[in-house]
Amino acid sequence: MPILKCSSLHKVYGHTVALRNADLEIEPGRIVGLLGPNGSGKSTLIKICTGLLTPSSGFVQIGGSNPGPETKGIVSYLPENSYLNSWMKVSHMISFFKDFYSDFNMAKATEMLSNLNINTNSTIKSLSKGTKEKVQLILVMARDAKLYLLDEPIGGVDPAARDYILNTIIKNYNPEASVVISTHLIYDIEQVLDDVIFLKNGEVALSSSVDDLREQRGMSVDAYFREVFKC
Amino acid sequence: MTWTFTPDRPIYLQLQEQFKLAIVSGLFKPGGKIPAVRELAEDASVNPNTVQRALTELERDGLVHTQRTSGRFVTEDVTVIEKAKSEMAMELIDVFLEKMAAIGYGKSETVKIISEKEEVSAHANS
Repeated sequence: MPILKCSSLHKVYGHTVALRNADLEIEPGRIVGLLGPNGSGKSTLIKICTGLLTPSSGFVQIGGSNPGPETKGIVSYLPENSYLNSWMKVSHMISFFKDFYSDFNMAKATEMLSNLNINTNSTIKSLSKGTKEKVQLILVMARDAKLYLLDEPIGGVDPAARDYILNTIIKNYNPEASVVISTHLIYDIEQVLDDVIFLKNGEVALSSSVDDLREQRGMSVDAYFREVFKC
Repeated sequence: MTWTFTPDRPIYLQLQEQFKLAIVSGLFKPGGKIPAVRELAEDASVNPNTVQRALTELERDGLVHTQRTSGRFVTEDVTVIEKAKSEMAMELIDVFLEKMAAIGYGKSETVKIISEKEEVSAHANS
């Protein structure tokens, strides 16, 4: 059974169509890149999967259920924007997450924070933008979830931290869990991905394994993306 | 191990070649244990499923075998390794000859300048 299934997903904001009949399935144990230019519907799709938005028509199923309290227990979501309370300390956020999510793995969080030299006694507001992003990603990745939905996880961090984050994703790899990463930094994450989904104007323009795409096109996903979305 | 990947070909194929090279060159010893998939994936910064696929291909070639409880091992059969080695050599020679042909050297001319170069370097060393 796919961990995530979207059927003819449609989302309209006023006169703007954000998603057009999007169909997709993600199997367990896959690391999937959700790729598309700005405004192609990546965040909308992810927000529908988390239950933050409702589709105008069509449906989403996560592990066989519609988005709701049950699926929130198995979905770990990294939003585009930070929601950390600036007055809180990193250690507060950790206990906050521990209270909220039964699958929160304290040991994992502590290890990742110390690997990135993040002091848990710092208040969130004293952290740089990049460090804030790292903290948020660590909180999200420290859950033992079934589906990780990461909306632009590597945009704001330096290349070294980017490598660390990608390695964290590899290290946390679990054959029963899937990771969806939305980004336009394709070059950096290509090696880590099993599959890619291209979104173009709210439609699924391509859904393929990375190796198949390279084999068929004789070029990297990054190069192919540039070709498909040439301005 | 250092890993390099070119953008034009599937990564599992490139991994397969690099594992093969490690076996043929003796970095992975005959009968030796191959690191776990996750370790290799982390080291090469690639997807674990891709590593898995590359190793499965090597199993098919007989260079690697799985022992159910203890992991993956390089074959102890040296003839299989030697065979892979000579196949790799042939491939390299083909590529080289193609490149030489592109700059206007026929096979016999190529062989000739190789032996001349060998003599020169032998001289220089003595």
